[in-house]
Amino acid sequence: MINAVGRQIPEVIGKKTITPYQGPWASLPSWAHSAKSIDAASSTKLVKSVADVIDAVDLRDGMTISFHHHLRNGDYVMKLVIDAIAKKGIRGLTLAASSLSAVQDAIVPHIEAGVITALDTSGIRGEIGKLVTDGKLRQPVMIRTHGGRARAIESGELHIDVAFIAAPTCDMYGNINGVDGPSACGSMGYAMVDAGYAEKVVAITDNLVPHPLQYISIPQTQVDFIVKVDKIGDPSGISTGSLRISKDPKELLISEYAATVIEHSGLFRDGFSLQLGSGGASLSAAHFIQKKMKAKGITASFGVGGITGVFVEMMEQGLVNMLFDTQDFDLPSINSLKQNPNHVEMTASYYANPAAKGPIVNQVDAVILSATEVDIDFNVNVLTGSNGKLMGAPGGHPDTAAGSRLSIIALPLIRGRRPVVREKVRTIVTPGDTVDVVVTERGVAVNPRRKDLIDNLRGSNLPLMSIEELQQAAYKITGTPDPLPEGGEVVGLVEYRDGTIIDVIRSLKG
Amino acid sequence: MKLRRTMLFVPGNDPGKLLNAGVYHPDSIIFDLEDAVSINEKDAARDLVKNAIKYNEYPCEVGVRVNHISTPFGYDDLEEILKVCPDFIRLPKSEAEEDIVAVDKIISQAEQKYGYEPGKIKMVLTIETAKGILNSYKLAIASKRVVAIGMGAEDLAADLKATRSKGGQEINFARSQLLLSARAAGVQAIDNVFADVSDIEGFTADVQMGKQLGFDGKSVIHPKHVALVHQIYSPAENEIVKAQKILLAYQEALANKSGVIALDGKMIDAPIVDRAERVLRYAQAMGIIQDGDGK
Repeated sequence: MINAVGRQIPEVIGKKTITPYQGPWASLPSWAHSAKSIDAASSTKLVKSVADVIDAVDLRDGMTISFHHHLRNGDYVMKLVIDAIAKKGIRGLTLAASSLSAVQDAIVPHIEAGVITALDTSGIRGEIGKLVTDGKLRQPVMIRTHGGRARAIESGELHIDVAFIAAPTCDMYGNINGVDGPSACGSMGYAMVDAGYAEKVVAITDNLVPHPLQYISIPQTQVDFIVKVDKIGDPSGISTGSLRISKDPKELLISEYAATVIEHSGLFRDGFSLQLGSGGASLSAAHFIQKKMKAKGITASFGVGGITGVFVEMMEQGLVNMLFDTQDFDLPSINSLKQNPNHVEMTASYYANPAAKGPIVNQVDAVILSATEVDIDFNVNVLTGSNGKLMGAPGGHPDTAAGSRLSIIALPLIRGRRPVVREKVRTIVTPGDTVDVVVTERGVAVNPRRKDLIDNLRGSNLPLMSIEELQQAAYKITGTPDPLPEGGEVVGLVEYRDGTIIDVIRSLKG
Repeated sequence: MKLRRTMLFVPGNDPGKLLNAGVYHPDSIIFDLEDAVSINEKDAARDLVKNAIKYNEYPCEVGVRVNHISTPFGYDDLEEILKVCPDFIRLPKSEAEEDIVAVDKIISQAEQKYGYEPGKIKMVLTIETAKGILNSYKLAIASKRVVAIGMGAEDLAADLKATRSKGGQEINFARSQLLLSARAAGVQAIDNVFADVSDIEGFTADVQMGKQLGFDGKSVIHPKHVALVHQIYSPAENEIVKAQKILLAYQEALANKSGVIALDGKMIDAPIVDRAERVLRYAQAMGIIQDGDGK
C-alpha cells in the first residue's frame, strides 16, 4: 500500500500488521499506559557480577533488553553485558537501544551468532547499519523517533524485559545520576523512560557511592539490581571538552541565514523558545541568535534539546531563562545541569512523546535541525545517505519538527559531489508537512504551505527562492544524480512518532 | 561606475572555494593564480579557474589575478583565462607602463579572436613596489581598461624596508599616494588586504581608516570580511537623508533651469552632488534604499 508521503509500504511484516503513515496529526489516538509487575526488591541490590545479575533477572531466550546511548561513543556497558549474555548461551534477544553509536559495532559478532536477532532503535550506523542493509538480520529493524520510542515503551508496544542502565553514579540502594563520577554524561533522559517501564532494571556503575545520592535522575524505586564494574565508559567518547563554533565560512553563512529566518519569522519576541541541536550549523546559529537577541533586547523563556555549552552560555548570560535537557554533549552542559537549578533534566517522554499529555516540543517556537537530504516536497532524510546506507538517527527530528511552530532545516546545498536538495530523498524520516524552511548557503526556501512565513521573510535580506529552484541550483553544479537502485527486501521499518510506518529501508544486496 | 566595496581573493587551486565564492556576495571575486598558488600547482589552478568561470554562475563580477608577464606563467595564464572572458584581469606587481600596455594588447587580441565586445575586459592593477607607487598615476592611465588600482601592502613594505605594524603607519604615504593617483586618473582606489584574519578589531579599524581616506572598497582574503566591509562602507541614515535632499534640490533646480542651487541656505555645487550620488549608490547596494529612491 502507498502511505501519505507516497511510499510503498508492505501490509504485513512477519506477524506485524503495518499501519501506514497518514499525516502528521492523522493518527493520534489515546494509548493506555502499560504497567510493570511490582515485586519488592531485597534489602541488598548489589550483585557481584554481570554474569550473576543475568541469572538474578532470569533473562531467557527471546526476551527484550534495553540500553541507553548517553555514553555515546564511549559506552562500554552494552558490549560488557551482551558478551556475558552470549557466554550463558542465551539467544534470540531483541536489542532495544535508544541509539546505536559506532562503538556498538563491537556487538556485531553477537548479532551474527544469533544472540541478538532483532533491533529496535532511534539511531543506527557503522557496521551494524551495514549488517542490516546486507539483509543479515532475521527481521526488519524497527527505527523509532525519540518521542516515538517513549510512546512505544509507555504503551507497552515495546515491552522491555530487562533494562541495563549504565550509571555514571549509583548509590548502594539504586539511586542513579549522570552528573557525577568519572564517566559523567549529564542528563539520563532516555534511560529514565526505560527505568520506568522495564520489568527489571539493572544499574551498572563504576562509581558506587553510599546511600543516599543527593542528585537523583533515576530513583531507587525503579531499580532492582546494581553491579559494580571497573569502567562503564571512556570519557573522551562520552562528551567533548567544549564544542566550538565553526570557522568554516560556508557553515557560518548557513547559520546566519537560519538565525535571520528566526529573527524575521514573527516569533522572535520576548519569551520565545528555541531548540538547537548539536550539529555544527545549529551551534553556530546560536552565536548569531545571541547577537540578534541582545540587539533587540529580548530573552527566551526556555531552550530545549540535547544541550551544549553554547546554550548554557546563553542561560548564564541571562538570554535564556530555563533549559530542558534530555542529553548533554559537553562538559559545560554536564556541570550546568548539576549546578544550575534552571537547567532541568527531562525524560524522552516529556521531551517528545506524542501520546503524552503535551510534550515540551509542542511549546517550542523555533528549532534548527540538520539532515542528510531534503526533497522538493520538504521531506527530510536524517537516517540514510542518498546511497541507502544507514548512517544516522531520526532522534527527535520528526518530533520537534511536528511540535514546533517553526522548523528550519539547515544544510549545505552540496556535500562532496552530491546534491543535498533532491527530487526525492532516499528515506523519508520527517514529513515535509512538518518542515517550514530549508536553509542553504545558496538560498532559503519556505514551504509554500507557510504563506505567513513567506510574507514575514520578505522584509529580510535573505536569498529566498523556491525549493525547486534550490534543487535545480544543486543539479546544475553536480549534474542530475543517477536514479537510485530499487533495493531488495525490506530490512527496516521507519516508524513515525505516532506508530505508523512512514518509510522502509531496503537491502542493498547486489 | 560599478560598486567595488569588496574584492574577495579566492585561491585558484581550491575547487570548493572556487565553487562557493559567490555565496558570500562580494562585489567582485578575484580568483588568484599568483601568490595563493605554489609553483607546482600553477597549471592545475589555471585549469580549475578557467573551468570555474566557464561552468559556474556567480552573482557578481569575476576577475583573475594572473601571474606577472615577467614570470614563466603570466602569458599562459592570460592565454587560457581570456578564453572564458573574465570581467577583469588583476595584474600584480604593476610597475612599468609598458607592462600595462602589453597586457592591454593581449586582451585586445583575445577580444577580437573570441568575438568579445572590444574593451569589455577590464584591468585592475596591484602596485607593490616603491617605483610602482611613484608611477601609479601613469600606470592608471596607461590603458583605458584600468578601472581600479590597489596596493600589495606586504610586498610594498618589504620593498620600503619597513616593519609591518597593525596600525599600518609605515604605508600611510603610499596609501595616500595611491588614492591621489586613482582620483587624478578617474579610476577606483581599492584599499589593501588586512592580513591577520583573526583580528577583527584591527580589521575594522583598518577598513574605517580606508573609508575615511576616500577608498572605494577593500581587497579581502576571507569571506567573513565581506559583510563587515559592506557594513562599514554603508552610509549612516542622516547621510542618506541629506544626500536624498541634495539630489532632490539638484533635480528641481535642473527642471526649473535655475542657475544657483541651494539647500537650507547653503550652496550646492557639482562635487556635493557627486558625493551625494556616491552615498546613495552605497546605500542602494546595502538594500537600505531601493533603486530610484531620492531620484
